[in-house]
Amino acid sequence: MGAKKENSDDEMDEKVKKYLRGEAANLEGLKDKKLKGQLAVREDLYGKSAKTAAKIEKWLLPSEGGYLEAEGIEKTWRIKQESIAREVDILSSRNQYDIVLPELGPYSLDFTSNGRYMAAAGRKGHLAIVDMKTLNLIKGIQVRETVRDVAYLHNELFFAAAQKKYPYIYNRDGTELHCLKEHGAVLRLQFLKNHFLLASINKFGQLRYQDVTMGEMIGNFRTGLGRTDVMQVNPYNGVVALGHSSGTVTMWKPTSAVPLVKMLSHPGPVSSLAFHPNGHVMATSGRENKIKIWDLRKFEVIQTLPCHAKTLNFSQKGLLAAGTGSFIQILADFSGSQNYSSYMTHSMAKGYQVGKVLFRPYEDVLGIGHSMGWSNILIPGSGEPNFDSWVANPFETSKQRREKEVHSLLDKLPPETIMLDPTKVGTVRAPQKKEKPTKKEMEAEMEAAIETAKDTDFKKKTKGRNKPSKRATKRREMISRAKRPFLEQRTQEHEMSRKKQKTNPETEMPKSLQRFVRQKAT
Amino acid sequence: MKVKVISRSTDEFTRERSQDLQRVFRNFDPTLRSQEKAVEYVRALNAAKLDKIFARPFVGAMDGHRDSIKCMAKNPNYLKAIFSGSDDGDIRLWDMASRRTVCQFPGHQGAVQGLTVSTDGSILVSCGSDCTVRLWNVSDANLADSDNLSDNSAKPQAVYVWKNAFRAVDHQWDGDLFATAGAQVDIWNHNRSQPVNTFDWGSDTTISIRFNPGEPNILATSANDRSITLYDLRMSSPARKVIMRTKTNSIAWNPMEPMNFTAANEDCNCYSYDARKLEEAKCVHKDHVSAVMDIDFSPTGREFVTGSYDRTVRIFQYNGGHSREIYHTKRMQRVFCVKYSCDASYVISGSDDTNLRLWKAKASEQLGVVLPRERKKHEYLEAVKNRYKHLPEVKRIVRHRHLPKPVYKAANLRRTMIEAERRKEQRRKAHSAPGSIVTEPVRKRRIIKEVE
Repeated sequence: MGAKKENSDDEMDEKVKKYLRGEAANLEGLKDKKLKGQLAVREDLYGKSAKTAAKIEKWLLPSEGGYLEAEGIEKTWRIKQESIAREVDILSSRNQYDIVLPELGPYSLDFTSNGRYMAAAGRKGHLAIVDMKTLNLIKGIQVRETVRDVAYLHNELFFAAAQKKYPYIYNRDGTELHCLKEHGAVLRLQFLKNHFLLASINKFGQLRYQDVTMGEMIGNFRTGLGRTDVMQVNPYNGVVALGHSSGTVTMWKPTSAVPLVKMLSHPGPVSSLAFHPNGHVMATSGRENKIKIWDLRKFEVIQTLPCHAKTLNFSQKGLLAAGTGSFIQILADFSGSQNYSSYMTHSMAKGYQVGKVLFRPYEDVLGIGHSMGWSNILIPGSGEPNFDSWVANPFETSKQRREKEVHSLLDKLPPETIMLDPTKVGTVRAPQKKEKPTKKEMEAEMEAAIETAKDTDFKKKTKGRNKPSKRATKRREMISRAKRPFLEQRTQEHEMSRKKQKTNPETEMPKSLQRFVRQKAT
Repeated sequence: MKVKVISRSTDEFTRERSQDLQRVFRNFDPTLRSQEKAVEYVRALNAAKLDKIFARPFVGAMDGHRDSIKCMAKNPNYLKAIFSGSDDGDIRLWDMASRRTVCQFPGHQGAVQGLTVSTDGSILVSCGSDCTVRLWNVSDANLADSDNLSDNSAKPQAVYVWKNAFRAVDHQWDGDLFATAGAQVDIWNHNRSQPVNTFDWGSDTTISIRFNPGEPNILATSANDRSITLYDLRMSSPARKVIMRTKTNSIAWNPMEPMNFTAANEDCNCYSYDARKLEEAKCVHKDHVSAVMDIDFSPTGREFVTGSYDRTVRIFQYNGGHSREIYHTKRMQRVFCVKYSCDASYVISGSDDTNLRLWKAKASEQLGVVLPRERKKHEYLEAVKNRYKHLPEVKRIVRHRHLPKPVYKAANLRRTMIEAERRKEQRRKAHSAPGSIVTEPVRKRRIIKEVE
């Protein structure tokens, strides 16, 4: 009983730590007693709210997560989708299906943030909006042009399709709303939710950020590293990461033309990139059949996996899906210490080439866009079971959607808030210590001041007041005035150094001479 | 194998009938939300801007007096009413909701210098420069009757004439004694026509007087010789006295911490003292540019309102050095008396231009019945704004107040003068032997001495 209680206490401690969101402030160094008292009360309140949130998580959440446990000698990665579908209830088995559309090219997918709607785009110009709850095709249109990528904007009403020459924005009914001419021939589109920014990378390697509320182009940067079609947004801090053919991964923000980070990750081109929802873990894969798991706080490799991956995606619970050819592997870290191992596998029919894998939010489903259409397979334990109605609600009504749109527009973040460490907003910058200028620098400054003093022109006085002797004295006075602050500073420094020197001699003198040391006047 | 997949049935997560409320599910996990701090910052900025948009503090003016208003009194039992007395002897009872005079109390021949109501709300005591103290019956039943009177006036219950003009009056909190201030401090009983007791310490007139809300026998007075004196009724001699550099116009006790009082001084500052330790002020509240004429605490004890000769009304925090809010109007001239309403939502100011003005204590507050969700939203916005109010963008919006030009210029002038003094003091210190010149904190500097 005692050991059990200890375990549950440890669990609660971990949960409380998660809700505390970092360390408490150090109040020891504060001299202002009033402020110290107020901050101490605040810290107390934070502790209490974290404990309450941990208790709510333990007892009050409505749903439990999915799981897959192998019994006996069977292994989880040998279990096939058909056997899972047999064991699971009817509603969930409906989530597993294949849609075959062979003539319309490899498909790219995107889900809305609540996992309710999916947009699928086939290379040959087929755009389809599907309601995943009822498996209804809301609208299918044929744009008769190459479509390379599709991305939902803030809700299911708007999506952007990267077509042959420019990206277009469409309504849910298929009406073309905007043609974004400045972007050019876009290879990948990503939408930053909190900032309402549409990021795109085009054929010439130019990265563009456009604000979709006002249509303003916020940033337009030449990456300088050539054509690439590997682009992902880090949901934790809104930073866009590009993977290049030289093996470097660069991270960008809309307010600087120079990338924030440039890291050499693979010896060959980077084939895909994925971010963990907590923002600290990134997975990259290169052509040399390796997947590297990075810790983004230290920019170090945590793990290298021998696995070929043309496309990568992290689920809400931290499962990593890697797809290549017609084979998909799901990796999971069971111990929580970022040690990934194989969890499930899935091979599709031979000849199907996987284009994109994407986990569906808040469901245990993986969406696969491949060359013959798209499929959904069941991956137990991948989705977050408990949603928050104010963040993303899979059961949203149209009224709730409108309210949410207004609230998210009011909370729209300015593009300057995108930074590598998003917790820096609202903190105080440490005062920078001014370095003392060296002697040479001071002399140079003094010379410069004297030169400017010498160069001043005096007013031409008349009526006998313009004597040369007077002019000369005035000039000398101006030069001495320019010199004065430097000389004062020099004398001050001399005094300081002299005072410092004075304290030492007692220790330096030998014992027999101690009585001759100058005593300080008491 | 054991397998379970997330499956949500629509019935559990949606409402049954259209009359039901929509169901809301919460998950407080931080990983579901990104960039929380930036979102909070944007909300704080928007909250500050909305606050300024909705800031409409002036509710209305009560017009009727024919001369400047010198004193006001609130009835502790009746929230809507306020009494005011003016320089031509006119005392009126106002109904703040309709901003009209309910009843007039004519009788004083000269200026009405002080008004106070007994704690049970039945007797109004007024004193004036015609050397009289008048007692009026203002219990609720009587007021309701007086509505039927054709001329809306009442007769005094008693008139007591005494030797010299009175300057202020205050009623004991839990008894039936009241005290008047004039050439000396007199303690009266309702039924006696002569004072029961007299205190006289010092040679100058006493100009204001206040009983302690917690300890009914203690009272504080301020006199023309720049002193603040504390008296105890149980002892026949006065208790303590502190002499400052300038005269104190008014005193108010903190109703929640009855050992502290705040004094409104002639040198544009308010000084908060602990009555047990008068050698040093607890806090100096600086923001007015001219003499502070009156001061009143909010019933919460957390804020107080001051009215000053520079035509503004300011609201301060009880422990804050600078004002939280300033109210001014082109039509409002020198403010001589202020009161905080008993429900802590309104502030009433009486000024030289014969009007009483009603202001909201919180300028952007929504009046009337506030629904629980609205209230929660207001509280959230207030909290998030307070969390980020030290950052430059938010601070600029929160601190911004329009000042009338004379006040703005006077404040700048005061600042330059004080800065100049400070600089000179610093230079004197720097050029003299270390330790020979000692600067006293402002809390002590304005006190000359304390006398037992």
